Amino acid sequence: MSIKKHVKLGLSALALSVSMHSVAAEDPIKVGILHSLSGTMAISETVLKDTVEMLIEQQNEKGGVLGRELEAVVVDPASDWPLFAEKARELLAQEKVDVIFGNWTSVSRKSVLPVVEELNGLLFYPVQYEGEESSENVFYTGAAPNQQAIPAVNYLKDEIGVERWVLAGTDYVYPRTTNKILETYLMDQGVAKEDIMINYTPFGHSDWQNIVSDIKRFGSAGKKTAVVSTINGDANVPFYRELGNQGISASDIPVVAFSVGEQELSGIDTGPLVGHLAAWNYFMSVDSDANWDFIDQWIEYTGDEEAVTNDPMEAHYIGFNMYIEAVKKAGTTDVDEVKDAIIGVAVPNLTGGYATMMPNHHITKPVLIGEIQDNGQFATVWETPSTVAGDAWSDFLPGSRDMIADWRKPMFCGTFNTATGKCGASAGEMAAEAE
Amino acid sequence: MSILRSLTLLLIALASVLALPAHAQDDDPGKEMLANLAEAPASKVEEALNVIVNSGDPRARSWLEAYGNNRLSRVKDTGQVVVVLDNRGRDWEIADPLTGENLGEMSRRELDRVAINNAIRGQLEGILAMLDLNAADPEVREASARDMMGKVDATLVEPLEARLEQEENADVRNRIEAALAVYRVGEGDLEAVEVLAGSLHPGARAALNNAASGDNPQLAAAATKALTSIEQKLKMNRAAETLYFGLSMGSVLVLAAIGLAITFGVMGVINMAHGELIMLGAYTTWGMQQMLPGQPGLALLLSIPAGFLVAALAGIAIERSVIQYLKGRPLETLLATFGISLILQQLVRTVISPQNRTVVTPEWMSGSIMVNEALSLTLNRMYVIGFALVVFAGLMLIMRKTRLGLEVRAVTQNRAMARSMGIKATRVDILTFALGSGVAGLAGVALSQITNVGPNLGQNYIIDSFMVVVFGGVGSLWGTLVAGLSLGTINQLLEPWAGAVLAKIMVLVMIILFIQKRPKGLFPQKGRAAEN
Repeated sequence: MSIKKHVKLGLSALALSVSMHSVAAEDPIKVGILHSLSGTMAISETVLKDTVEMLIEQQNEKGGVLGRELEAVVVDPASDWPLFAEKARELLAQEKVDVIFGNWTSVSRKSVLPVVEELNGLLFYPVQYEGEESSENVFYTGAAPNQQAIPAVNYLKDEIGVERWVLAGTDYVYPRTTNKILETYLMDQGVAKEDIMINYTPFGHSDWQNIVSDIKRFGSAGKKTAVVSTINGDANVPFYRELGNQGISASDIPVVAFSVGEQELSGIDTGPLVGHLAAWNYFMSVDSDANWDFIDQWIEYTGDEEAVTNDPMEAHYIGFNMYIEAVKKAGTTDVDEVKDAIIGVAVPNLTGGYATMMPNHHITKPVLIGEIQDNGQFATVWETPSTVAGDAWSDFLPGSRDMIADWRKPMFCGTFNTATGKCGASAGEMAAEAE
Repeated sequence: MSILRSLTLLLIALASVLALPAHAQDDDPGKEMLANLAEAPASKVEEALNVIVNSGDPRARSWLEAYGNNRLSRVKDTGQVVVVLDNRGRDWEIADPLTGENLGEMSRRELDRVAINNAIRGQLEGILAMLDLNAADPEVREASARDMMGKVDATLVEPLEARLEQEENADVRNRIEAALAVYRVGEGDLEAVEVLAGSLHPGARAALNNAASGDNPQLAAAATKALTSIEQKLKMNRAAETLYFGLSMGSVLVLAAIGLAITFGVMGVINMAHGELIMLGAYTTWGMQQMLPGQPGLALLLSIPAGFLVAALAGIAIERSVIQYLKGRPLETLLATFGISLILQQLVRTVISPQNRTVVTPEWMSGSIMVNEALSLTLNRMYVIGFALVVFAGLMLIMRKTRLGLEVRAVTQNRAMARSMGIKATRVDILTFALGSGVAGLAGVALSQITNVGPNLGQNYIIDSFMVVVFGGVGSLWGTLVAGLSLGTINQLLEPWAGAVLAKIMVLVMIILFIQKRPKGLFPQKGRAAEN
């Protein structure tokens, strides 16, 4: 495999150098966009498609990269997980795209993994996720648990003095893994087991009466209580509504959410939610020139004065610029060379700092805690003093403590076990096996 | 723009100089107090707040409220503290906190919010409640005394005691005493435990719990005793609460299913697009609120007939274009209507937006009625329960007392015979389907107050609706009512100890077992009609 790859590399390099001047100028760089435009996930993913299209348009106005134009290739995987794999194959094998920006849910990413590894593609994944993964072909521009969940819990513990914890989530892999990490972390910090309440609900759950009244009861035991919510998407609206109706205010029992952003809030009457928290790496309200400019461009692009921006959009902004920088650095769009070049690339983020691509294919991010305001925006109340590097393998899960990922040679492995000194199966192989 | 702004600023300054005594503008103590608050680092905020509270300035309350609502901002260039009146969009409307003068719009880029966090907001609520204790209305005083529970700290004890001396209203006195007792229990006061003994307020329980696990043995014993008596009372309340939850979940199920009970139960049409008809009703509510901005209550009331009409018309369109050609072919009807449901969903996504829409809950529907400290019944749910019963009664009336009802029953029982008696079966089909669809639209109007209004709204209810209709007995409206309410209650009874996911599964298994025993559901149809 690796010899073949090298030969291929050599050949393509040769071909490139020969035809560089004649072909390169005309051939556009193809950017695949793999976001659901229909089905349940369309609510979150359509804006990401628009974001990448806007970024491509802007880059083309600047003259493209390496003198080549960029061209978007949009497909619709329709919120159907197996279809994601099919569409990814279509993008890589038929359309021959140079890079893909896409996916939202972890399931869809796991379904795409074997394909991008097999066809040696590049995928930029913009959403916060549960970690425990690092693929040679995937760049994780969203937050890993140590860039969102752990700092948020620290904030509640140290700044608000929370001693009792409700971990509430939707019943699927991201909340379950995150809550497992948080539970271990909290117990390491000396929180007793009876001070942690864990609750899972189905997707789209709308009847929160019992759970909210449980939380109320749990919170009246005399210790400061907070809810750490990994409740996904739609289910949040009735949850917050029930909190408001049962009279739980943010100063009684604050809720810190990991999946509620500006986009979700735009579908809620935020009056009763004021003061509840969210942890992200970007808020639309962040006061930096880069951010205000980005928002102005976004409003102009969408033609909607009320258009909001959110964290995954910033992740695509960072990922896109990193890709452009890496292509410039490598001088080619060849996948293997871009992969090598991108490690260490630093580009400005929207919060006034820089994001750097780490050797484990995760990036550095600041962690912000924001309070919901009555205009559907967050007001930052706390942030980490410096950026935090994403951790592919959590230190708080038994199996993953010894694992590291480093895609620089000579290690070049996403699942290196420091205890045994061996490199495990690739992320794509693991995902394929799990199916 | 900036010239204009400075001009208005100048004018306002002039006007206020003219209006007020000459020293008011620059020497206004409020200016310095607000600047202090705006500049204070986190550790000094409390001090700055206290200065404002103790100043006795009549504007203090409005400043504190603005601060608590994240509405206090500083203009980056000049450092002037302003109140943000409207913080939507790119330009925000601001006002001078000192004079209350409107300063026009300013770009949000140029404003710097005066930061507040939850800890300070908690204190602020205490302070505001303290200010409210001086209100003339005893109800306001009682509510604010109630808010003080658990928020009393060392600085508030003295003013609160002074307030207690003056207070004449017995209810307010009790509240203040309880709030003080919560603080005193924390300080180890044995007598205060007595005060809290009967209280169901979570704050009281929290204080007692802390005392019970504290290191003062005498206090711990007294607190434990008080807690057991409270627990007893709580149990009763919890049972009542669960029943209410069950009824409210049940009424949602009834609403969602009752339209289906007509189209599926009475007509025998498996309409997979039923959920999307509900969705149309919910979107009608949203549309109404868009058309009548600022009057969410009126819009909601008007959506009841409008939602019915929109869904009924959509129902007629579906019936005329597809279902009438598939009579007697249930499998094909199922597939065709499933296709329609997907089309309707995507239509909403493309035409309106894939994002959820905000439907505002009117003032009179939000919040809850407090029976006692531990039992409060949420108002929106209460309205939905009432609405479900009204819709049910209305449908019963139509089916039993009107000519349409008679014809529907005749056509269902024996189509050929009814036709030979001169009933236009096709017309009855259309009207029945329109009625069932319209009721689905009504369900949508109600659901817009409980759940998300988005393209996926219908999907979440379609399975549950079929479950209720099958469980209740196909063709029986009473069955739907009883089945809906009992499934809701069973679900809520199971949820606390099984969890939401497992409770749902258990209910489903139960229904399957029940259907094995009684394939025709709770209220099977009797007589000749039941044979075919």
